[in-house]
Amino acid sequence: MSDDRDIQLEAEKQGVFLTTMQRFYNWGRRSSVWPLSFGLACCAIEMMATGLARFDLARFGAEMFRASPRQADLMIVAGTVTKKMAPQVVRLYNQMPEPRYVISMGACATSGGPFRDGYNVLRGIDLLIPVDVYIPGCPPRPEALLHALMTLQKQIDAQRLSRVRWYGKREAKEYPVPTFGKHGLEIDGKLVDPVGGLPLISPYTSPTHGETRSGLIEHPELVRHFPIMDETVELESPHKAKGVAPEIVHNDLKRPAVEVNHAQDEQR
Amino acid sequence: MPRMSSAELRERLAHDLPGILMPIRTRTQASNGSEASGGDGKAARHKRGEHAPVDLLATDDAVVYPERLPEAARYVRDVLGYELLSNITAVDYLADGIIEMVYHFYHLDGGPELVIKTRVPRDNPVVPSLTDEWPGANLQEREAFDLFGVMFPGHPNLTRIYMWDEFEGWPMRKDFPKQGDKYFGDSEE
Repeated sequence: MSDDRDIQLEAEKQGVFLTTMQRFYNWGRRSSVWPLSFGLACCAIEMMATGLARFDLARFGAEMFRASPRQADLMIVAGTVTKKMAPQVVRLYNQMPEPRYVISMGACATSGGPFRDGYNVLRGIDLLIPVDVYIPGCPPRPEALLHALMTLQKQIDAQRLSRVRWYGKREAKEYPVPTFGKHGLEIDGKLVDPVGGLPLISPYTSPTHGETRSGLIEHPELVRHFPIMDETVELESPHKAKGVAPEIVHNDLKRPAVEVNHAQDEQR
Repeated sequence: MPRMSSAELRERLAHDLPGILMPIRTRTQASNGSEASGGDGKAARHKRGEHAPVDLLATDDAVVYPERLPEAARYVRDVLGYELLSNITAVDYLADGIIEMVYHFYHLDGGPELVIKTRVPRDNPVVPSLTDEWPGANLQEREAFDLFGVMFPGHPNLTRIYMWDEFEGWPMRKDFPKQGDKYFGDSEE
């Protein structure tokens, strides 16, 4: 694969233009990613700045903010997704034609951000739709959005025509639109993001270029221990704990150690 | 420019509408925790960062009985000329079992606002609606209903405004479950 690419690049230097269907298709797609003109909160201001002259998203072929999801390839989820807005976001995503990509811009869209503990904000748009690129920051600088777009272009470059769904005969997948329940958003009667409850890990983890998604909602009770759900923690009042349970203190703030590979660093 | 202090308002309400004011504790401390200027100046001085516990329910404003709130509002409008009902909000005092409604009235000639408060028990918060005479109160009362669960008899359309209709609970009340509170506990212990 990479050999092919090297040969092509070498031949281009000699004035011979060779290509493959895959490279040609990916080049076309990556060079004209049209975003959906769609902002939810303050991140949208940064998105607008990115689109204008100073940062000039047009250099990457993505300056055409479309006002209709039918004409858009990329959804930049720019800002806080409240639970009341979430069904509309999913509906817009479903209305986009494939191939379609999602950039989750900023802390709120990625995880709920500072509103994560609240009652009204979705804890990450990836609970409902698959996300290709996440941008940290609150809000991210326009350079970060440009970097995310370049990352997305790299991901598009790596897509294989034989693997992606939209060149086959399979139909586009509709993502379920959540409905409003007593305690939060529901999909098929199951709580997705309970108010004041356990945060969930996304059913649609960042797709390896758009093909495989588990579609399962995981409850990571063992991986991420949230004592609010723990029966053994003693409550002083309905909203306040009386001290911290010993087993929690024992486990508190323990994070998996990061292994640093010094040998690899030296090689670089 | 009309300018009426809260003490003056309390006086006039007590004089013209006898029995409308709830018995309250007046404030000996500014709400920011610094000592009140009108005190004797010899109140216990605390070190920087240390304050006596603040009496949250003590207030200088006029606190009226909830069932007589429309009467007080009409008095403020017709007699005192404060016509514009600018703001309605609710405060949850969890420890005291009280929800306090705060009404801000403005005079159209300018000047500072008048504040009228009323207090209702937390487990049965019922305040008469002002929508008949101030249609602008409609949305604000719905907001107080949506987030704090205050009932407004007489309101034409008392439904949720921010949360969806299917939602259960009053999310801005202090005892609404919030994830993470249990995690940290008391730092002193």
